[in-house]
Amino acid sequence: MKEELFASGRQIPDIDPYLNVWHWQIPLYLFLGGLAAGILFFAALFTILGKENEMPAAVKKAPVIAPIALVLGLFALFLDLKHKLFFWQLYTTFRITSPMSWGAWVLMAITPLSIIWVASYLKEIIPGWKWKFSILDDFEAFVIKNRIGLAWIIIVLSVILGIYTGILLSAFNARPLWNTSILGPLFLVSGLSTGAATILMMSKSATERRTMSRIDLLLIVIEVFFIVHMIMGFQAASQVQIDAAQLFLGGQFTVTFWVFVIFLGLVIPAAMEVLELFDFHIPVVIPVILVLLGGLMFRFIMVEAGQITRYLY
Amino acid sequence: MRYAMAIDTRKCVGCSDCVVACQLENDVPIGYCRDWITETVDGSYPNVEIELRSERCNHCDNSPCVRCCPTGASHFEEGGIVVVTKNECIGCAACIQSCPYDARYSHPDGYVDKCTFCLHRVKEGLKPACVSVCPTKCLYFGDLDDSNSEITNILKNRKFKTLAPEAGTKPQIYYLT
Repeated sequence: MKEELFASGRQIPDIDPYLNVWHWQIPLYLFLGGLAAGILFFAALFTILGKENEMPAAVKKAPVIAPIALVLGLFALFLDLKHKLFFWQLYTTFRITSPMSWGAWVLMAITPLSIIWVASYLKEIIPGWKWKFSILDDFEAFVIKNRIGLAWIIIVLSVILGIYTGILLSAFNARPLWNTSILGPLFLVSGLSTGAATILMMSKSATERRTMSRIDLLLIVIEVFFIVHMIMGFQAASQVQIDAAQLFLGGQFTVTFWVFVIFLGLVIPAAMEVLELFDFHIPVVIPVILVLLGGLMFRFIMVEAGQITRYLY
Repeated sequence: MRYAMAIDTRKCVGCSDCVVACQLENDVPIGYCRDWITETVDGSYPNVEIELRSERCNHCDNSPCVRCCPTGASHFEEGGIVVVTKNECIGCAACIQSCPYDARYSHPDGYVDKCTFCLHRVKEGLKPACVSVCPTKCLYFGDLDDSNSEITNILKNRKFKTLAPEAGTKPQIYYLT
C-alpha cells in the first residue's frame, strides 16, 4: 500500500487537493467556439458547392449566431484570465508550440471574417436594410463579388478553430484524460454537430431540413465512434490513462457522462433523426436542444474530469 | 551550464525550513508556497517505509509549461532555469495545466508564480534560499555541466530517481535514495 500526504502546508487555492484552475468559462468557450466553427463550416461549404439558394438557413441565417457565439466565447475567455490587463500580450507574439497562441490568432482572424460574412447578407435577411455610408456599399459589393474566396478562407479557419478547441486540452500531457490526439477530431465533429443542429432549427425549407438532419445523424455516429475509440485508446495506454478512463467507467463521472453526453446528447437525438427519416414527425426542436445540451455537457465534463487526472509519483 | 538540484531523501527530516525560507526570501503570499514537503508512506506497521521529499519546480529540460505558454512569459533563463516574466503573463493557467508536478500557482496579483531556483541569488553566486537554510544539509544545488561540482559528484556516487520521468519532461531535481 502506498499513501502520499503533504506534510507541509500545501493548501494552494484552486490547486490543492485537486487542480481546479479552469472553471465554467473554459468549457463554455469551447462549446461556443465549436458551435461557431460548425455554423461557419456549413455556411462556407454550401457556398463553395454553389447551394446558396437550396440551403438558405445554413448560408444566410444561421451565420448570424457565429459572431455572437465567438464574441461571447472570447468574453468568457477574458473572464478566465487572471492577469486581465495584460491580455494584449497574446498578440505581441506567435508561439508555434502553444495551442492557445494558435487559438488566439485564429479567433482574431475568424471573428471579423464572420461579421463580414453576416453583413454581406444583411440586405437579404432584413428587407430594406441600408448602409449609412457609401463606402460600406462598395465594401459589400467587393465581398459579394469575392464570396467564394472568403468561403474558402472561412472553411479552413473554421476547421482549425474546431480542432483547436480539442487540441487546447490534448496538448497538456500532465492531464492524462486530455492527453489524446483524438480529442481534436472529436471536438471538431462535436462542434460541427452542434452547428448542424442549430442550422436545422433555423431552417424553414423541407429539403434543407432533410439534408441537415442527415448530416447531423452522420456526425453523431462519427462522434460515438470517436468516443469509443478514445476510451479504447485509454484502456490500451499507460496506467495514468487507464485511471483516467475509469472516471467514465465506474468512477465519479460515470453517470453524468453516460446519461447526459451519450444517452441524452447523442443516442436519443440520433434515434429521433432516424425516426424522422421514416416519416415519424418529431418537433425538430427536441433533438436540436438535446444535441446542444449534450455538446455543452461534454465539454464541462471533459474540463472538470481532466483536471482531476494526474501523474502519480 | 545546467543548474540542477539533488535532494537526499535519507537525510531530509521534513522540517519545512526550506518552505519557510522560500516564502520569506521570495515574498510568497500567505497560503501559497513554491516548495513543499511530501511524505510517502509505503507498507503498514511494522513494515513501513517513509520517504520525505522537499519538492519544487523541476526546471525541466523539456518543459511543457514553456511549450504551452501563449505569450512567451514562461521561458528559460541561464542554466535552464524556468522563469515567468510577470508583465508578459496573462494568467491563462495553461502552464498550470501542463505541469505534472503542480509546481505553479496563480499569484493573487494575477500572474503565475513558481520556484525560480532563487535566480536573483544564484546570479550573485549565492545558493537558493532553501538550500542555504537546510539544517540537515540534504539539498545540493549546482551546475551539472561542471564535472567538478558537488552535485555532479554526488550524482556519480549515489543512486537517484526523478519524479514522473514517464511524463517526458526531463526533470532536473534528483532525489537521492
